[in-house]
Amino acid sequence: MAMKISDDKFFDRVEKGVNNTFMRSAVASAQERMQGKRLAATEELGNWEEWRKLGEEIRTHTLENLDYYLEQLSENVVKRGGHVFFASTKEEANEYITKVAKEKQAKKVVKSKSMVTEEIHLNSALEKAGCEVVETDLGEYILQLDDHDPPSHIVVPALHKNKEQIRDTFKEKRGYDKSEIPEELALFAREQLRQEFLSADLGITGCNFAVAESGSISLVTNEGNAGLVTALPKAQITVMGMERIVPTWEELDIMVSLLCRSSVGQKLTSYITGLTGPKDEGDVDGPEEFHLVIVDNGRSNILGTEFQSALHCIRCAACVNVCPVYRHVGGHSYGSIYAGPIGAVLSPLLGGYEDYKELPYASSLCAACTDACPVKIPLHELLIKHRRKIVEDEKKSPFGEKLAMKGFQLAASSPSLYKTGTKSASSVMAPFTKENNIQKGPGPMKPWTDVRDFPAPSKERFRDWYKKREKGGK
Amino acid sequence: MAEGQIHHRDFFLSTVAEKLGRERRKTVTKPQWTTTPQYDVLKDASQDELVEVLKKHCEVIHTQFIETSLDKLTEKIREVFEQYEVASVVTWKDERHKEFGLEENLLDKLPQENIDVHIWDPVLKEKNIEAAEKADVGITFSDITLAESGTVVLFSSKNKGRSVSLLPKTYIAIVPKSTLVPRMTQATAYINKQVKEGKNISSCIDFITGPSNSADIELNLIVGVHGPIKATYILVDDTARLP
Repeated sequence: MAMKISDDKFFDRVEKGVNNTFMRSAVASAQERMQGKRLAATEELGNWEEWRKLGEEIRTHTLENLDYYLEQLSENVVKRGGHVFFASTKEEANEYITKVAKEKQAKKVVKSKSMVTEEIHLNSALEKAGCEVVETDLGEYILQLDDHDPPSHIVVPALHKNKEQIRDTFKEKRGYDKSEIPEELALFAREQLRQEFLSADLGITGCNFAVAESGSISLVTNEGNAGLVTALPKAQITVMGMERIVPTWEELDIMVSLLCRSSVGQKLTSYITGLTGPKDEGDVDGPEEFHLVIVDNGRSNILGTEFQSALHCIRCAACVNVCPVYRHVGGHSYGSIYAGPIGAVLSPLLGGYEDYKELPYASSLCAACTDACPVKIPLHELLIKHRRKIVEDEKKSPFGEKLAMKGFQLAASSPSLYKTGTKSASSVMAPFTKENNIQKGPGPMKPWTDVRDFPAPSKERFRDWYKKREKGGK
Repeated sequence: MAEGQIHHRDFFLSTVAEKLGRERRKTVTKPQWTTTPQYDVLKDASQDELVEVLKKHCEVIHTQFIETSLDKLTEKIREVFEQYEVASVVTWKDERHKEFGLEENLLDKLPQENIDVHIWDPVLKEKNIEAAEKADVGITFSDITLAESGTVVLFSSKNKGRSVSLLPKTYIAIVPKSTLVPRMTQATAYINKQVKEGKNISSCIDFITGPSNSADIELNLIVGVHGPIKATYILVDDTARLP
């Protein structure tokens, strides 16, 4: 799976999302529960704003000095016997990783959840090189078995699936013969995955945060699969987006605390693992060989621009969980592995406007995302910046909007045309109007009116009403 | 230890510096952060108050909490064995077993009671992992314990395998009261200090908070997806044996 998860057009994806009743109710209840847990966990601290401020300060400082901290990280990884590969592109990253897999003669690769490996399309590169790749995070495992169904949420990737669908997938792909009770499904996955862990040659992980000063990487999970991926196979490769780094363990504490509270409303998740290099001499479990692959893949193009703070993201999905647009259309509508408000900011930056120009418009600009972000990324402001860029610099505003703007420009340039236009608006829209609402609007209004009613233009123009009022009428 | 290799660094980091609009930085002084809210959490709590915080939070993290004295420790462990229907045990090769009386009162006796005991031994290599995979329970001490989140911190070493806390069906952490600190801040400060002093930190530092769980199926909490299905913390008052 790559960053781009669909070749459908934006509005087709949205239509699919809007018509998926189970998904929509699952998303709505997930948002309520996760937001509730997050609020409880943050309010409990009593000084959450202080924590956010510190989080923002740390992220800003680290990104401003990213070259220094990455250099320090790489020095410290090699001191502990690990190898570091700096990959400017996804091709370079995949080439290096498959080369290591081939050298290790790896037949089976177990992975713990990683967004960046999705982004660079690593699984298919490894499969091409003859490896079997097994995702071990339960949600990711379900999606992988179900013919690589794309994730719909950053933290809960299989949110859009119900337990009956999961049972059927297990049944069809793995001969499962029990019920759809979540405990039974999970126990089956446990047994299946245990065997995979014990027989794997190579473990691949993402990286929540790397610690520059000690050359460590940290993994945050609830299931403990990252621990198994890194304890059992003989070799380990960790792939990190270049921005996922903190100066020392002191800042790791803050970032992990912000992440756990914001993503799942917990003080800490069940497993947080700090790994430094390959196993030490004499250690029994742990990898003999450790490789850290640091990936740019378009990130450096965000540095030094008005979008730099988007790289502060710690992938907690708090913004996703409060977004009214995400609630309405679901994760798949974004067409990217990065969904929700941060997805609408990041996907055009990493994947280009050609594929993602609609996403900055898929926002109500209500700023709930900005308020929820634990590191204070001004998400709604970045969405506005995207819109400005799309219209002014890229000239890539959607066709409907262009047409509407052209029409407005024309109408507004002549007083008589403007008068005619505003006078006739009500009757022009009459065929689409029902009880003062437009339910099936034409042209650029269609996407809106497909999912929401639009108030019909008033029969009386504001100017006429005002004139009448001036004359003492009502 | 053999040093690893670094590939493609210069081009990559020069690009980063260039995009940031400056030369490569070779020295950076980390600033004093303007706020440090992490130190305010449970700032003035006594050791007994921390015990209460830990105890209460264990309910949230689906972990059984038992409090005991040094002389009752083995008795309590046996009670949990019965509850978990334990027939095989894996544990670290840990000098604290002797200090806490577990060697003579428990580990040495269990084989006569038909309970299989495997003590992690680097000489036995892979056999340790096989034993951990088959064991009903894994037992470790907590090296540092975080009251706020109910977390045990484990520093791996050749005698302290990572698999002991991960592979068995159930998990028991023996938590010496003396290891209790308010939160993650104190644990990371300790690790940070080791790094600053140029010491090698453990290749694996585990922060474990209750049993393995997942909410991936319709957001239902399911316990034991990968790691232990049940977890118990036995807090033992070791303050009497401290100097």
